[in-house]
Amino acid sequence: MDHIRNFCIIAHIDHGKSTLADRLLEYTQTISKREMQAQLLDDMDLERERGITIKSHAIQMDYVLDGKKYVLNLIDTPGHVDFSYEVSRSIAACDGALLIVDSSQGIEAQTISNLYLAIDQGLEIIPVLNKIDLPHSMPEEVSDEIVDLIGCKREEILRASGKTGAGVHEILRAIVDRVPAPKGNPEAPLKALIFDSVFNSFRGIIAYFRVLDGTIKKGEKVKFIATGREYIADEVGILRLEMTPKNEVRAGDVGYIISGIKEAREVKVGDTITSVANPTTEIIKGFEDVKPMVFAGIYPVDTEDFEELRESMYKLQLNDASLTFEPETSAALGFGFRCGFLGMLHMEIIQERLEREFGMTVITTVPNVSYHCYTNKGEMIVVNNPSDLPEPNYIEHVEEPFISAQIITQTDYVGAIMGLCMGKRGILKTQNYLTTDRVEMKFDMPLAEVVFDFFDKLKTISRGYASFDYTPIGYIGSDLVKLDILLNKDNVDALSAIIHKDRAYDWGKRICEKLKDLIPRHQFEIPVQASIGTKVIARETIKALRKDVTAKCYGGDISRKRKLLERQKEGKKRMKQVGSVEIPQSAFMAVLKLD
Amino acid sequence: MSGLYIHIPFCKQACNYCNFHFSTSLQHVDAILESICKEIQQKAQLLNKETLQTIYFGGGSPSILTTKQLQSIVNCIQNTVNTNQVIEMTLEANPDDMSAEKLNDWLNLGFNRLSIGIQSFRDEDLKMMNRAHNQEQAITAIQLAQQTGFTNLSIDLIYGIPGLSHADWLNNLVTAISLNIPHISSYCLTVEPKTVLAYQIKHKQIQALDDEQANNQFMLLIDQLSANGIEQYEISNFAKKGFESKHNSAYWRGVHYIGIGPGAHSFNGTHRTWNVSNNQLYHKAIANNEVYFETENLSVFDRYNEYLMTGLRTSEGVEKTMLEKLKSDLPKAPSPIKFSKWIDQGQLIENNTHFYLSKAARFFADGIAADLFESPNSI
Repeated sequence: MDHIRNFCIIAHIDHGKSTLADRLLEYTQTISKREMQAQLLDDMDLERERGITIKSHAIQMDYVLDGKKYVLNLIDTPGHVDFSYEVSRSIAACDGALLIVDSSQGIEAQTISNLYLAIDQGLEIIPVLNKIDLPHSMPEEVSDEIVDLIGCKREEILRASGKTGAGVHEILRAIVDRVPAPKGNPEAPLKALIFDSVFNSFRGIIAYFRVLDGTIKKGEKVKFIATGREYIADEVGILRLEMTPKNEVRAGDVGYIISGIKEAREVKVGDTITSVANPTTEIIKGFEDVKPMVFAGIYPVDTEDFEELRESMYKLQLNDASLTFEPETSAALGFGFRCGFLGMLHMEIIQERLEREFGMTVITTVPNVSYHCYTNKGEMIVVNNPSDLPEPNYIEHVEEPFISAQIITQTDYVGAIMGLCMGKRGILKTQNYLTTDRVEMKFDMPLAEVVFDFFDKLKTISRGYASFDYTPIGYIGSDLVKLDILLNKDNVDALSAIIHKDRAYDWGKRICEKLKDLIPRHQFEIPVQASIGTKVIARETIKALRKDVTAKCYGGDISRKRKLLERQKEGKKRMKQVGSVEIPQSAFMAVLKLD
Repeated sequence: MSGLYIHIPFCKQACNYCNFHFSTSLQHVDAILESICKEIQQKAQLLNKETLQTIYFGGGSPSILTTKQLQSIVNCIQNTVNTNQVIEMTLEANPDDMSAEKLNDWLNLGFNRLSIGIQSFRDEDLKMMNRAHNQEQAITAIQLAQQTGFTNLSIDLIYGIPGLSHADWLNNLVTAISLNIPHISSYCLTVEPKTVLAYQIKHKQIQALDDEQANNQFMLLIDQLSANGIEQYEISNFAKKGFESKHNSAYWRGVHYIGIGPGAHSFNGTHRTWNVSNNQLYHKAIANNEVYFETENLSVFDRYNEYLMTGLRTSEGVEKTMLEKLKSDLPKAPSPIKFSKWIDQGQLIENNTHFYLSKAARFFADGIAADLFESPNSI
């Protein structure tokens, strides 16, 4: 077992994790240069395009050092706040971590929170300054930050460039030298941690695990403790560039299991695998059932596509267990689904995958968080859809989820970010200078405020020089009201939102103005109203269209004009008719971009 | 039955709103006219395939041509095509080109209808739009044309001009009516991309147009002219009975037309072609016997849709027999509900021979036509 090293990489988006990982594979001859497709580990199209890793993966490398052969298991981690639980489980499967920091940018918020996770798990941290080939690289300043942060010695910080390959051998040597070999007893009862799973359309769900104790054998009957389900291990093996079947995977190693599981929901990241014949008595700590944080309705534009949408959602769920959905009905939009997501990015990804992979045209409603409503009868109702909020006279009080938000930025932007977070009902908890010009701030904020246009605004006001991470801290009572939107006097339930009372007027006014711009003029006048209960708090009017006919239509105009009308008609098809009003898709998401 | 359109791509100066094809350099007029004659000769067979009923000289500003130049084209047409059945021959003319002598020459050349680019009787508007004439010239030109013997006159009037008040617009209409003009084409000023006007509005040299005001002026136009016996027979065209433009009506009835000159369009029932919109390229291509036009093959759907789109703009509407014929070419008959829906709402009206839009619905002709459109997906 002393020849195995299990490690992961902690890095911020764009700090060069994938490129450096590719170098490790190349230098260990795990793949030849010819086979190398840039950023090999990110194998979903969407991941490649967005330059982020959505699902984590693992790969095994062989490395010979001083005449001894080592097996290095690289466990990749997803790189976005929405996936922090998955990150924590990947980290739990490792004994060491490469902390990769872009030497031209410095440490970012998300890196710090993942780093703390790794330190908490007792991982050996190997700091690496990446991109040292860049002319504006500042290795000394960034080294200071790292020393401050993890209390290492300056000379322990490696310097590398994924681009040129500089420092890669030093990294490999450090992994062998510094990361401790796994401990564990191959003869003890089986205890393996599931840190990821993927869906394969031919093989079903493939679970990735790290064996802590015991040995997992092909053909053996195993049990997933949290779900209580038992399976035959049809195939077990290790993760080279491709899956390599083995008769057994022993304590300390990383591998996969295929056992005819069809739905991702059955495999929970963080769960413990044990043997049915000789079960372990202890489950691996840290397991959580991942709960969705953000909810939104997804509806087909064409009501006839409902069944097709259901099929598509099922298929998506097969390989994305964190997606939840249940059917719901909207007076405005007909039949659709209330979906739960890990966060806003996750929501965008699902929406994009529905359109791209399944060819669906969908409307996504205003996203919201999950509220706890306490009625005056003493019940607690979980409200995932604004329409489910009881009438005000039945409500005792409402609680909303709060988060602790961590923001790292340059001192120049502290004022602006402070203003933004306060405006979002944030309360400043700590402010901490990492270096003379970099600050870490922590706010307690309602999650709901982060759901709407927070990221974009943060990015804008900090010109991109701010990073953000959050962790949920529980439910807190708030003065919340349900704001309804009426179009031509009809309540459009899909546009309702639950918001803080103090912000309702401003919100109502702005959304009415926005809708006025987004909804095309009709042959009749359309009042756009925002109301709380029966009280209208804002109103705009979409004036009636007086004419819809172009002035000139002679011999030279006909072709062009016909094509124009055809295009307009095509655009109309993508609109949703609610009562007498035709609403474009964009209007349902309008609230996300209110400025 | 067919119409012939000749495009003369030259202007004295550029109106700020115009996105038509023209050149203000008069250096190459003769060369282009020569090419136009060549094109007429090349299309002799096509032109003689059907009875030619109308000829229309548009532009640009055909009135800036000398009588000799104009004559060369007219002669070329007469020598190439049988013009015995031609009942309407129109010349677009600008007031500043209309001398007594020229008017007389035009009459002698066979023109029996003038379409005069008045645009406004207000000097402020004319100046703003960079027209070459003033208010006085506008009135004199009309009177002179009438004295010369032109009874079939049309004038263009523009509304929705920044600074043109309701009262100003009413004044323009009253002036037109008092001059006893039997045909008026009237358009809302439109900001076309890449025009001087678009630039001026973008840079706040001219205030943006007011939609609401333009709509009110459109209503006033319809009411005022109607009260004086000048009826709206197409969205932008108004005439006393019998003075409707035969050439333009042909476009809306799906009649075939042949366009000559740079940028001109032609339609033969199944194809539409358009000449290159560049004087030099046009001239060069004609001279070297190269292709100077693009062709669009019109599908059965395109033909059906175009007929609805143009026909519903007119007060007479779409002809049932023509519609039936186009319908029978479609792979499957359109759902009758599509029509009955609009009929039930009172927007579409059916008589023995036609479907036509109610007066109120005509303002929404584009949207209604688009709704009636058929496509391979809809069937």
